[in-house]
Amino acid sequence: MATNTHTEHPGGKAPFPPFQGETFPSQIFWLTICFVALYFLLSRVALPRLGGVIAERNAKIEGDLEAANRLRNDSEAAQAAYEKSLADARAKAQALASESQAKAASEAEAQRKELEAGLKAKLDAAETQIAKTKSAAMTNVRTIAVDTAGVIVERLTGKAPAPQAVERAVDAALH
Amino acid sequence: MADPIHQFEIKKIAVLGHIGPYEIALTNSAVFMIAAVVTIVGFILLATSGRSLVPGRLQSLAEITYDFVADTVRSTAGKEGMKFFPFVFSIFTFVLVLNMFGMIPGFFTVTSHIVITGALALLVILIVIIYGLYKNGFKFFKLFWPSGVPMFVMPMIVIIEILSFLSRPLSLSVRLFANMLAGHITIKVFASFIGLLATSLGVAGWALGILPFGMLIALTALDLLVAFLQAYVFAVLTCLYLNDAIHPGH
Repeated sequence: MATNTHTEHPGGKAPFPPFQGETFPSQIFWLTICFVALYFLLSRVALPRLGGVIAERNAKIEGDLEAANRLRNDSEAAQAAYEKSLADARAKAQALASESQAKAASEAEAQRKELEAGLKAKLDAAETQIAKTKSAAMTNVRTIAVDTAGVIVERLTGKAPAPQAVERAVDAALH
Repeated sequence: MADPIHQFEIKKIAVLGHIGPYEIALTNSAVFMIAAVVTIVGFILLATSGRSLVPGRLQSLAEITYDFVADTVRSTAGKEGMKFFPFVFSIFTFVLVLNMFGMIPGFFTVTSHIVITGALALLVILIVIIYGLYKNGFKFFKLFWPSGVPMFVMPMIVIIEILSFLSRPLSLSVRLFANMLAGHITIKVFASFIGLLATSLGVAGWALGILPFGMLIALTALDLLVAFLQAYVFAVLTCLYLNDAIHPGH
């Protein structure tokens, strides 16, 4: 130990305290006791307790976060299901609407066709009637013309023409 | 002028007996060490007495300290280093509380004695050597045999590595000891300047005393920082050395 050469004062004062060898055994003795006691108290009692509190809180936070996550997933799934059912309902309604529209349209078409057919039939009937009337009228005209032509020729010539010749002449004039 | 060395004196309170030729006494140093142990353990037990999910101030402080040391160990010595967490926590809090006790006027600074810091540093190095050999066996000596070094410089590198390993306990202990010692001496010297000025210059001295007083305040703040920092440095270096024992061969 270099204690006695170091800071010895002229008055024979004690050497620099940190280098006083005679205090070393006591210091080391107490340091050993204190540090060993500290180590065992900390590692066996205090730190497990403190670490336990921290771990407990971390576990709690983790659990809470997990629960929150689960709830969020649940609500997201519920929302997706709701949206899906909404879309389904919308699609169904649309299908229904277009179907009824098509049905109404086809019904109207059928009705129209029926009506048109009716009208056409009536029109045809009317046309037939007109043609019949016309041909009857024409026949009547021919008879009258033949008769009249016969009478005229008789009056002019004083001789009744042959009915076949008159008829042939009238037909030729009419056509 | 008050003797700035006086504050470091070990005072016997009671002689307890002898171990061999050595006298064992209860000293002021011992009292502060016991007080530190009681403070640390009492603080944690008191802080966790509530075991509350939402921590109060005391519990927060304890938890911050716990997380701080745990993060330091994890980042410097890895996951495997966590088995030394109680040891590092003990070292850190013990040195920190002893340093902080030293900042209270009239209190004794246990860590200003080389024998204390030296014993702690030797304890760290012994644990590193014993655990390193126990865990890695002969591979532990890879610590002195860095990979990727050309063969012709290897002898020199090995010598440097061995020297640096041997100097670790020395630097570890002297760093803490010298910081605490120097800080306290400086504070004491500046404090005694105030008294010196007052006694030699009278009223003018009291007025001039403002200057060393301001310096004293700044130094006290600095030494509070140093007291924390040196405890932290001691703990970090402990972790780094333990890391060498866990993963030798860098």
